[in-house]
Amino acid sequence: MLELNSISTFYGNIQALHDISLRVEEGEIITLIGANGAGKSTTLMSISGIAPPRTGEILFKGKPIHELSANKIVGLGICQVPEGRHIFPDLTVAENLDMGAFLRSDKKQIEKDLTYIYDLFPILQKRRNQPGGNLSGGEQQMLAISRALMARPQLLLLDEPSMGLAPLVTKQIFDIIKKINREHNTTIFLVEQNANLALKVADRGYVLETGRITLHDKASTLLSNEDVQKAYLGI
Amino acid sequence: MDYFIELFFSGLTRGSIYALIALGYTMVYGIIGLINFAHGEIYMIGAFTALIVSTVLSIFGFPLPAIIILTLLASAIWAAAYGYTVEKIAYQPLRNAPRLSPLISAIGMSMFLQNYVLLAQTPDFLPFPALIPDFDFMEPYAATIGSSDLVILVTTAVVMLLLTWLIKFTRTGKAMRATAQDRKMAMLVGINVDNVISITFIIGSALAAIGGLLIAAHIGQINFYIGFIAGIKAFTAAVLGGIGSIPGAVLGSFILGLTEAFATGYVSSDYEDVFAFSLLVLILIFRPAGLLGKATIEKV
Repeated sequence: MLELNSISTFYGNIQALHDISLRVEEGEIITLIGANGAGKSTTLMSISGIAPPRTGEILFKGKPIHELSANKIVGLGICQVPEGRHIFPDLTVAENLDMGAFLRSDKKQIEKDLTYIYDLFPILQKRRNQPGGNLSGGEQQMLAISRALMARPQLLLLDEPSMGLAPLVTKQIFDIIKKINREHNTTIFLVEQNANLALKVADRGYVLETGRITLHDKASTLLSNEDVQKAYLGI
Repeated sequence: MDYFIELFFSGLTRGSIYALIALGYTMVYGIIGLINFAHGEIYMIGAFTALIVSTVLSIFGFPLPAIIILTLLASAIWAAAYGYTVEKIAYQPLRNAPRLSPLISAIGMSMFLQNYVLLAQTPDFLPFPALIPDFDFMEPYAATIGSSDLVILVTTAVVMLLLTWLIKFTRTGKAMRATAQDRKMAMLVGINVDNVISITFIIGSALAAIGGLLIAAHIGQINFYIGFIAGIKAFTAAVLGGIGSIPGAVLGSFILGLTEAFATGYVSSDYEDVFAFSLLVLILIFRPAGLLGKATIEKV
């Protein structure tokens, strides 16, 4: 579904990604794990067109997307929940969700999706008229994921959904991620520092070290890999 | 007391014009964090367009209401085209440059437009036709509020309501608010940020042109330099109210207009600028973010 062919991304003169290649198949959950500053977020930003790669190509369903602008990429069905959630602080919860459906015009279906979201996260319905900036961290993460879902993505890019959340909330968020993947057949590309958690929900995983992919395998194999255990699982 | 009311209305009229210009400053600042110093020149170009269009139309013998409406539309559209073009050639290429670069580019644009009108038109003051007639029903109040004051107040109020509706309830307005709050996230939900920025310049420029037309018809003369002073005053009003805040710009404009009117009326017209800018200094000392501005905490 998504294919990165040896992409390199730069911030000014600093190279953040070196020849990254990876594949995501339809319907699977894949995860990219790595330390702080390894280039995980940059990878997602390259896919989303915010930090386009200088060399290499990105294919979505066989078509190149690395030269498209960010809004066109969203239009193709690739949505990102960025690190730090990026809720629009002065828009209400309902307006934030509305922004997720910005490119859609099928009003009836949007209404239905909104009901689905409110079923999934009843707290958002309760707070729908409050500014997004007033929500707690966990609620904001729910809102950020919901906002992305409102776009009906085929591929959902999640950047550090567990960051700053209490363990119980994290568990709830991950249950929802699995549920979205199962029920809607939404392909999920998950970036996480919490490698243990990520590898448990993912089908396959990639390990990123200072801008290079160093390992790639089934998630269960990576979980039992000694190097991965030492470096990322703290075992 | 009559004198007080007269000054009050004169202050409201000034405030309305400042507000029409200040909105352009504050909206552009809210979206791209740039003080668009060429904005005053857009207002001046709006007034010149109005002069040319209304003169041509009256030569062809159009009735007055048609002249007013067509002139209003023509100057708003023409100034909007200028605003759009200025953004495309002077600011968009500098989108990712350090903050100082677009600021210098803006000052350059301002000088360019001023001198362009100076050369293409004339350095002298030109008489502006009295587009706004004296209404009969205003006759009893003519000593305190003129017909053109009334037209300015009503037009400004209508424009403000339209703008509020646009920003609060339309898809474009929501996209503008989202872009102002978090540009990167706006891109990630599929908003074409470049379009939003263009629309912001178009709206701001059209508002300034309406202001230019109204004040020119009120005062009765224009020249190439009117944009500079009006621009500085409107910018002051926007900062006073809290730059980036739309209600703030309107509030700041009315406070500034009233301050100037009362200073002129009770002290001396020589001191109107002293009062206006002293007010700015005081506000900046005690409320650096402006009256309705949010104090932003820069996180490290």
